This record gives sequence, structure tokens and C-alpha cells, in this order.
Amino acid sequence: MKRRGGLLAFPYAVWMILFTVVPMLLVVWFALTDEDGLPTVGNFIRLWDYGAVFGRSLGLAAVSTVICLLIGYPLAYVLSRETDAMRNTAMLLIMLPMWINILLRTYAWMSILENSGLLNQLLSFLRLPALHIINTPSAVALGMVYNYLPFMVLPVLTVITKIDDSVVEAAQDLGGSQATVFRRVILPLSLPGVLSGITMVFVPAVSTFIISKLLGGGKSMLLGDLIEMQFLGNTYNPYLGSAISLVMMVIVLISMALMNRFGEGEEEVMGL
Amino acid sequence: MPKELIRLVDCTMAFDGEIVLNAINLTIHDKEFLTLLGPSGCGKTTTLRLIGGFETPTSGGIFFDGARINDVPPHKRRVNTVFQKYALFPHLNVFENVAFGLRIAKIPDGGGKKSRLPEGEIEERVQGALELVGLKGYHRRRVHQLSGGQQQRVAIARAIVNRPQVLLLDEPLGALDLKLRKEMQHELKEIQRQVGITFVYVTHDQEEALTMSDTVVVMNHGNIQQIGTPVDIYNEPVNAFVADFIGESNIIQGVMHKDYSVSFAGRLFECVDSGFDPNQPVDVVVRPEDVRMTPPDGGQLRGTVNSVTFKGVFYEIFIDVGEIEWMVHSTSAPKIGDEVGLLLTPEDIHVMDRPDLFPEGAEALTLEDVDPEPEFEDGGGDGEDGEEA
Repeated sequence: MKRRGGLLAFPYAVWMILFTVVPMLLVVWFALTDEDGLPTVGNFIRLWDYGAVFGRSLGLAAVSTVICLLIGYPLAYVLSRETDAMRNTAMLLIMLPMWINILLRTYAWMSILENSGLLNQLLSFLRLPALHIINTPSAVALGMVYNYLPFMVLPVLTVITKIDDSVVEAAQDLGGSQATVFRRVILPLSLPGVLSGITMVFVPAVSTFIISKLLGGGKSMLLGDLIEMQFLGNTYNPYLGSAISLVMMVIVLISMALMNRFGEGEEEVMGL
Repeated sequence: MPKELIRLVDCTMAFDGEIVLNAINLTIHDKEFLTLLGPSGCGKTTTLRLIGGFETPTSGGIFFDGARINDVPPHKRRVNTVFQKYALFPHLNVFENVAFGLRIAKIPDGGGKKSRLPEGEIEERVQGALELVGLKGYHRRRVHQLSGGQQQRVAIARAIVNRPQVLLLDEPLGALDLKLRKEMQHELKEIQRQVGITFVYVTHDQEEALTMSDTVVVMNHGNIQQIGTPVDIYNEPVNAFVADFIGESNIIQGVMHKDYSVSFAGRLFECVDSGFDPNQPVDVVVRPEDVRMTPPDGGQLRGTVNSVTFKGVFYEIFIDVGEIEWMVHSTSAPKIGDEVGLLLTPEDIHVMDRPDLFPEGAEALTLEDVDPEPEFEDGGGDGEDGEEA
């Protein structure tokens, strides 16, 4: 049985080795060598110069994740109480933008947020002062929230919908007002969804480069932009780029491990 | 009779225009063990949910201790529910499940403010409740580590720890195996005696209802068919539905000849019933254990043994008498093909009005109950558990 299972996994194993393990090893190799192919840790030491970029990336990703949570959780909660038809329609609407290329969507935001864009035209029509948010970190955060919000809503909605009605009724029956039932039953039972939502928003947000390039105007460079520059830009330096990628991956892995640890008690419960 | 606690007045419940409860009237007394009994879709669970506050009646009133509570939400009612599927909180351990109601309870503290119960009292009451349901020492367990029977005990402890005036139980033993169910029946009865509160119990199992209840309410198609003690319901069913649902019966269509005389199965029988119109069509109900087998010429009826099935304490025997097949329970077994006589004494013949139980459009009332009751097979009173007769 085990042998046969192993055989079935063979194509996947080959795929993984070719396109994940080997490239990963290459990244490690590049990160630890210089132009002459000699081993060095210089690439990592040079990372200190980019502390601000690391800080900005993590900060913006964290802010976007929090905003996604603040918007996405209440939305998911409201939708979970709707009829199936209503919920499916809403989910379709949430997913719909994802069918359009991210580049296109972000360009659309560019034309909305521009100084003479749709938003400011509307504001001037209403005789309100213009907003200058294009090419600021706020615009980048906005772009992240817009693009990654579905990744927060969907896992949370899935988990809340799965909570048994009778458990909620039991909590009411035992004297829980709506607020109490939410705080003591629905919120703790939906934590696993929140945790995976946070992961699914934070990880792409911390490594994005399109959004910051188009909406941040190059002024608020993020890790993704920095890495892209090392490989495709005129500062060509795949050794430094690999080192940045590696450190970023470690940071993401550490934050995910921390999150899982935080959610461990809940997961045990969900494994019912 | 102890004082009245809950009264349902003309309670009608309709879901999407379909009537699930049809103007029922019901009085529940203090410290009573009352069972709502009926087949799937009869409205018993809906009735329980009305009392629990999870549904609001379409029309009619619900009164608790004299006060109308139609619009009082569940968390403000002095009743607690034991749900069919336990509905324990999966993220809490046994202790915290039981403590849930106590932790969120607000108690008035003299100064007009509300305060929480002290930790010591919570601990004491939770441990007391766990001891009452036989789960002492299980307080640290996680709920999914418990068996079905243990989870059900936690659900009961979680409800009674709040000292409700009424405990509502929605088929609480439905998911347990037969042996455990019998055990829990006795334990529930014992718990009710110890805590001294009203139990309103929903089941489709007639044997369970007869074993545990002070009062049985038989329901069908959103109507109450009969309210009475288990003995009354069994011995004096008011109609063929109740007779068939509670235990097994031979139900034969007949005609009332005059007072104390009824004709069925092609001849006239003496009976103890009176007050019917002359020539009124009636249902005649005879319990299978009341039919006596005699030598072929010794009874009023004569027939051929069709089948004999051993049922443990008795044999279930089917006897063809002309058009009608009689069911007889007896401790002695004739042979298939034997000619036997059947003897009925007047006290064993129960004559009942033949109500138009299924009038035109009655099917519209046959709704699924709010909770599915998958185990029940329609047809009523097939006595799956082989009741002792």
C-alpha cells in the first residue's frame, strides 16, 4: 500500500525537486557566494543597508493585513448569517475582481488615485479639497488591501459557516446575549480561519512588487522591488538578491510558525 | 396537582405558510415530567423550541408563571435545553462547558449593580453537577475525547447547573445505543427527582415516553391527540392513531350497534362503551396481548394461524380470520396452519370515534420537523424495541 502510494506521488516529487528544491538550493548557493563564485557572507552583511526597506515591507504588509481583518471579518460574519443564495452571490462578487489580471487592476487604481484621476475629479466636483495619495505608502496599502481582501474573507467565512447552529443556540440558551455568544463562542471557533486568512494576506503582501511599483511610485520601495532590481534592474546583483530572498523567506516562515503556535490550541479542537 | 408553570394557548406555528403546529393548548405543571410523543414531523420539536424561545409562534400565546413570554429571547428565559446532538462547545473542556452559563450569569448585588458569580461558587456548582451526572473527575477532558453517552451527560450537567425551572430535552437519547438508552432513562428520571424541576421531554420512542413520564402528550400532524398519564394513554387511547402509536394494536373498522354492543368482524360483540350514535362507524381497538386463543370452537372468532414469531417473553402470532389478520401476543405457540378460536372479553374491546384523521389536504400538514429524526420509520407503533406486554 505504502509503495503504491509512493509511486503515485512520483510525478509530484519530480516536479517539486526540479522546480522547488533545486531553485531553492541555487538561491542558497548564490546568497553565499560573490561574483567570482567564492564563498562569502558579505551579501548578508550588506543587507543592513536595506533595513528601512525590510521595515517598510513588513510594516505595510502588517498594516494591510490588519485592515483586511477589520474589513473582512465583519463581512464574513454578516455573510455567514445570510441565506445560501445570498452568500454565494456575495462570494462571487468578492471573487470576481480576481479573474482580472492583477496588473490591470492595479493600473485601474493608478488612474483612480492619480492627482488628476477619478477620485480627485469627484472631490473637486463636490468642492472638496483634492487628495494626494498616489505615490505614498497609503496608496500601496490600499492596493494591498484591495488585492488581498478575498484571501481574508474566504477562509474566515468558511470556518464561521461551519459552526453548528445548535452550538450557537446552546450558548443563547445558557444565557448568552448576542455579544456574549459572539465573544465566547463564534470568535474562538473562527480563529483558525482568521489565522489562515492572516497568513494568506501577509505572505503575498510582504513580497509584492507590482503594487508598490505602480501605486508607490518607486518612493516607497519594498522587498519585492528590491529583489526585482537585483535580478532584472540595472543594479544586476543576483547574489544580493538571493540573500534578500532568503532572509525574507526566513522571516515569513518564523511569523507563520509563531501564528501556528498561537493557534495550536484551536487547531486541536478543529481536528474533531 | 402542583401549580401550573407553562401554558401554551392556541399556539400556531407556520413555516413559509405551512402549518406545523395547529392551535395547540398545553399546560405544564411544576416538577412534572412531561413527554411530547409523536412521529417525525408531528410538531413536538417545534413545541419545545417555542418554549425554549428559539421560535416565536405565528399566533397564540406562551405563558410562563402567568407572564406572556412570546417575545422573550432564549437567554432571558428560565429554561435550559439539552439538544439532540449535544451541541457542546468544542473549544472548551468539560469543566468550562458546564461552567458556561454560570460564567456569563449576572447576579444583582444589593447596590443595584450586577456582578459575576465568585469563582469558588462556580467551581462548587460545576463539580456538583458533574457528580450528579456521574462524570466526577472528567472536568479536564476535552469534549471530543468523550463517548456519546458521556457527551450527553455533559450536556445535561451544563443545563441543570444553571438551576433552571424547566429543563427541555430534545430527543436526548436518540443517538445512543439501546442498552445505554435504557440506562440513561433511569438516570434522567433520577436526576429529575433529585433536582426537583420540570422536565419537558421530546421523543418518538413510545416505550421511552411510557417509562419516564408523569404526563404523555401524543401529537400528530401538528395537533395534540391525547394528554394523559402513561397508564391512561396505553389503556384508554382516544383514537386509533394513539392506540397504534402507543404499543401494538388490532384496529378493526366496526359499527356501533347500540350502547354496550358493537359489530365488527362479521358479528356482534358485547363491550363496555356507550354514548355513540346508533349505527355510527367506529374504530375497534384490541391489544394483541388481550386476545386469548382457545380451541377452534371455544371463542367468538375462528381462524388459521398464519405466522408465529418468537419475541423473547412472548410469541407474536398472526391469525387469519376471514378478511382480517389478527395479531396475538401469547406465551404459548400454536403451529402454523392450526385452527384456533379467538376469545375477546368486553373489557378488552376499546371502541373509538373514527375521526377524520386525514382530511382532504392533510398532507400539507405533513412537514418535516425542524430537526430531522432519521431513526423513525413512519407507520407508527411498530414497536421496534419489542415492548413487554
